[in-house]
Amino acid sequence: MSLAAEIAVQRGPVTVDVAVEVADGEVLAVLGPNGAGKSTLLRVLAGLLPPDGGRVAVGGRTWDDVTAGVHLPAHRRPLGMVFQDHLLFPHLSVRENVAFGPRTRGVPRAAARAAADGWIERVGLAGLGDRRPGQLSGGQAQRAALARALVGDPALLLLDEPLSALDARTRLAVRAELRRHLADFAGSTVLVTHDPVDAMALADRVLVVEDGAVVQAGTPADVARHPRTDYVARLVGLSLLPGTADGLTVRLDGGGVVAVAEPARGPVLVAVRPESVALYPSRPEGSPRNAWPARVAGATPHGSTVRCELDGEVPLVADVTATAFAELGLAPGSPVWAVVKASEVAVYTR
Amino acid sequence: MRRPRTPAPLLVPATLAVAFLVLPLAGLLIRTPWSQLGALLTAPGVGQALRLSLVSATLATAVSVVLGVPLAWVLARSRARGRAVLRALVTVPLVLPPVVGGVALFLVLGRQGIVGSWLAATTGITIPFTTAAVVIAETFVAMPFLVISVEGALRAADARFEDAAATLGADRWTTFRRVTLPLVAPGVAAGAVLCWARALGEFGATITFAGNFPGTTQTMPLAVYLALQRDPQAAIVLSLVLLLVSVATLLLLRDRWLGRGAAA
Repeated sequence: MSLAAEIAVQRGPVTVDVAVEVADGEVLAVLGPNGAGKSTLLRVLAGLLPPDGGRVAVGGRTWDDVTAGVHLPAHRRPLGMVFQDHLLFPHLSVRENVAFGPRTRGVPRAAARAAADGWIERVGLAGLGDRRPGQLSGGQAQRAALARALVGDPALLLLDEPLSALDARTRLAVRAELRRHLADFAGSTVLVTHDPVDAMALADRVLVVEDGAVVQAGTPADVARHPRTDYVARLVGLSLLPGTADGLTVRLDGGGVVAVAEPARGPVLVAVRPESVALYPSRPEGSPRNAWPARVAGATPHGSTVRCELDGEVPLVADVTATAFAELGLAPGSPVWAVVKASEVAVYTR
Repeated sequence: MRRPRTPAPLLVPATLAVAFLVLPLAGLLIRTPWSQLGALLTAPGVGQALRLSLVSATLATAVSVVLGVPLAWVLARSRARGRAVLRALVTVPLVLPPVVGGVALFLVLGRQGIVGSWLAATTGITIPFTTAAVVIAETFVAMPFLVISVEGALRAADARFEDAAATLGADRWTTFRRVTLPLVAPGVAAGAVLCWARALGEFGATITFAGNFPGTTQTMPLAVYLALQRDPQAAIVLSLVLLLVSVATLLLLRDRWLGRGAAA
């Protein structure tokens, strides 16, 4: 059921020319700024927009092949799609929304309803099947949209900014659930997002797209540690550390303890942005709670800042100004202290 | 929050406009012979004309919905070339004097008409001066109101719902039935009411194409006009009935128009 696509399509001034391959069970995040062509790519994969060139194949079956004149229309593609603002049909109940796909694909009414109810329960909306979308909260609506996309057991799951319409707190909860559902999903997933945290937390691989072209591809950790363009550096230089939370402290799996501002419990991911990591030549005064000794493993200049890769008990990436970098006399191998405020640490459940 | 006063150069003409629009209706109410109301309303021709008007306007609305909603979809959604020309053609009856519409219908569907002569020769059916002609004349004049209204609703509706339906396996026809139509149902309803009101008041095209035969083609507006010649009291009462129907129509549309204005 794996996806292999190579498409070219002209959208206004931007020529989107992107190749993607996603294995079964794999999640690919397509990350990029607005107008980079991410959504265009998704619309082509969905069959909503015929490409100007290239081909799309899923599970060995050709969905698009411009030279051969093949274009499978959207409604004949076994896929599920989740949109940014859920797009649940407002005139149908949640159950009817989730059962819509099975019904149009010929599943008898009773079976479609049963399948819908099963998925409504799986996404944690048990008992809300009779509600109208307008009576749901944002998080509930997005869960229902996910159920609607997954109910038919599609070969390909397309997620178009699935979390960006949610408020910060809901986003954490829905992201964690989405992660679980994606882990159970047997088909290929393409996630389009402009939020690096979504990409880092949900994807097995990341594709960074700028101006319609792929500028970098790799695992989330790889892309974060070795950004190839300034945009990527600004966007994804996020350190993601797995650990176990107990209130306001997180014990990291790799050793070390991080103090956080928002209480959490159980397995979590700790995210630290490079610009919130401060470097000191010795342990700073006032004993900040998050201070770790480290060694500079690598340093790459990006514009006016230098990105420092840190080795140590807590592996981090720090952005420091070129001036600070020079004043500290830093070089690969230099010992430093890395300090992060608890309020600058983001925590979300795994 | 207090709004600033309306400037006099606007207030005076605005007041005149209101008076101009409302006074004739007030006059109608003032001159209504309330004591003879019952007798005039139950006069033999009145019920007949009213029934014919209601039936033909409803039939014209039904025809307009069946043909006009698909046309509105084509205007709003299809990417076919010549849509601008098509829309212009569709709106012509909106601005055309209804009498001209009646003449045009007569030339096409009349006994000697292009289609009419063929129809008479092959089936023996002649359309002019029948109730069918009333319905056709009313449909000709009123359908554009429905088409424009539904097209507006379709344009305002989020087309991405149709994308969502496509990703759920729905072809365009299924999408239209199960998603698009329910989404624009309020627009269709408003268009139908507007269309019905226009059909109910139709005069020029009807009298030209269908004539003025009590029981078969004499609708309320024709009855009013005729009554004014011989029995002005009856004309007032018939007008009052049409006024009541119009007000009822307005009340039906209240949430859609007046409500929207109040909320804005």
